[in-house]
Amino acid sequence: MTERAPVLSVRGLSVRFLMPGGRRVAAVTDAHFEVRAGECLALIGESGCGKSVLASALLGLLPGNAQTAGSALLGDLDLLTADERTLARTVRGRLAGLVPQSPAAHLTPVRTIRSQLQETVAALTPTRGRAALRSAAEAAAERAAFPVDHLDRHPHELSGGLAQRAATALALVGDAPLLLADEPTTGLDRDLVDRTVDELRRHVDAGGEGRALLMITHDLAAAERIADRVAVMYAGRIVELADAAAFFGTPGPRHPYSRGLLQALPDRAFTPIPGLPPELGALPDGCAFAPRCDRANDACAVLPPLSGTVACHHPHAALTEAADRA
Amino acid sequence: MLDLRAITAGYTRNAPVFRDVSLTVAPGEAVGLLGPSGCGKSTLARVAALLHRPESGTLVLDGEPVRRWRHRAPRAQRTAFGVVFQQPRLSADPRLRLTDLIAEPLRATGRREGSADRVAELAATVGLTADLLGRRPHEVSDGQLQRACLARALVLRPRWLVCDEMTAMLDASTTAALVRVVEDYRAATGAGLLAVGHDRTLLDRWCDRTVDWTALTGTALAAEAAR
Repeated sequence: MTERAPVLSVRGLSVRFLMPGGRRVAAVTDAHFEVRAGECLALIGESGCGKSVLASALLGLLPGNAQTAGSALLGDLDLLTADERTLARTVRGRLAGLVPQSPAAHLTPVRTIRSQLQETVAALTPTRGRAALRSAAEAAAERAAFPVDHLDRHPHELSGGLAQRAATALALVGDAPLLLADEPTTGLDRDLVDRTVDELRRHVDAGGEGRALLMITHDLAAAERIADRVAVMYAGRIVELADAAAFFGTPGPRHPYSRGLLQALPDRAFTPIPGLPPELGALPDGCAFAPRCDRANDACAVLPPLSGTVACHHPHAALTEAADRA
Repeated sequence: MLDLRAITAGYTRNAPVFRDVSLTVAPGEAVGLLGPSGCGKSTLARVAALLHRPESGTLVLDGEPVRRWRHRAPRAQRTAFGVVFQQPRLSADPRLRLTDLIAEPLRATGRREGSADRVAELAATVGLTADLLGRRPHEVSDGQLQRACLARALVLRPRWLVCDEMTAMLDASTTAALVRVVEDYRAATGAGLLAVGHDRTLLDRWCDRTVDWTALTGTALAAEAAR
């Protein structure tokens, strides 16, 4: 792929939660990555590794006890230092659309999908007038493949798949250059997963040069289906950043953790990674994965930096130079 | 033998979710039940686990017809089942520490003696540390809570396990870990399994045979209507 301008550029992003009693939880530590125009980056990892906190940080939705460091540039705007007014008026919905984890909880239960779409259209676009709003809302529904004859239903009258599409339609209304999808496929069956992620991918492709997708997921099959690049997160750090084709195909992932994740899939070895992820409040000094790693030795007492594509002292070999450059 | 014969079940009168569904699970057998969301497969699993009374049809459990469901079912039949649901948050009492959550079935059936040892043994099996056992559900991740829910399902040493989308919320590694725990338990005890899910790859890998929901109902209409 040719180098394109990054839509989102995250540099040294860290998030700390200050807990009662002076405890600090390191939810995200020193994350560096870019999402380029026309690209889908999948951020994968086990639950509780800090993926969703990262998404919340990008939208300014962290709770009050969070401290952030680093920068996250969306165009010229640093999302981490922007004030609430800027975030509310120019970022959410307009520059960054959120496809939420649980559409059932995201949609307003007491209003129809049509009413919620029209409200969003009125808030985010210059469309005015009842008839114009109505047709704009229907167009928005169609873009997310939401059936127009279901628009007058309330969220509880929709199946999980349709609720997901309604939430996606809302996220697409503002035509934002960056789409943030936080576990968009949790609890959906395989057909719906495929359809949901295909729609997200289509949205990126339809936007030509301008749009990018950051998909946060623990569903490796969904990531494989649409991602151009993969970022693997473990214990709050990005431990591998690789080209999706190389990651899921040959030569495969280089970090032992990524490799373990793939080997846990039922169509591969179906063997779990031994042990549990560490507590983010009590991370070890060295490599956080070392206690679960079969390659660990004394060198792992020192934190490995993300050099090239992988943060590990004993990565699996990259067979080609191309994989190194990815 | 877990034998469901011509079961019709639903939640409103005259509008059953499915009609005339039959399914048999032999002792020690692992059967996967595959279907899209909303097709009624979870309802069938609930009938099989004595959690939902069907409108018609018979359930024969180890040669004995089941006449009562839910709390009315005789204890010997109720405790023959261990059930794991899709969403651990909705199936865990938020007030209980994980250790009490796992021990709850022992207390409910008056088997407090030796419960501490049994909980410790199961915690090791499912991979929960002592630190985690002292926490309440809001202090642990979905994967950790589901590990506790699986331990709770195994604590009475059931002859039958019903896993309704047990791994749908979980990442690949936790999924593989929990399936291994279930399979180790079945290898040791010869328990039968009904695993409900929508992931064919997973069920094919996990179970002795996978049954397609449409093959049970003979029609795809129910699945289509749910979309």
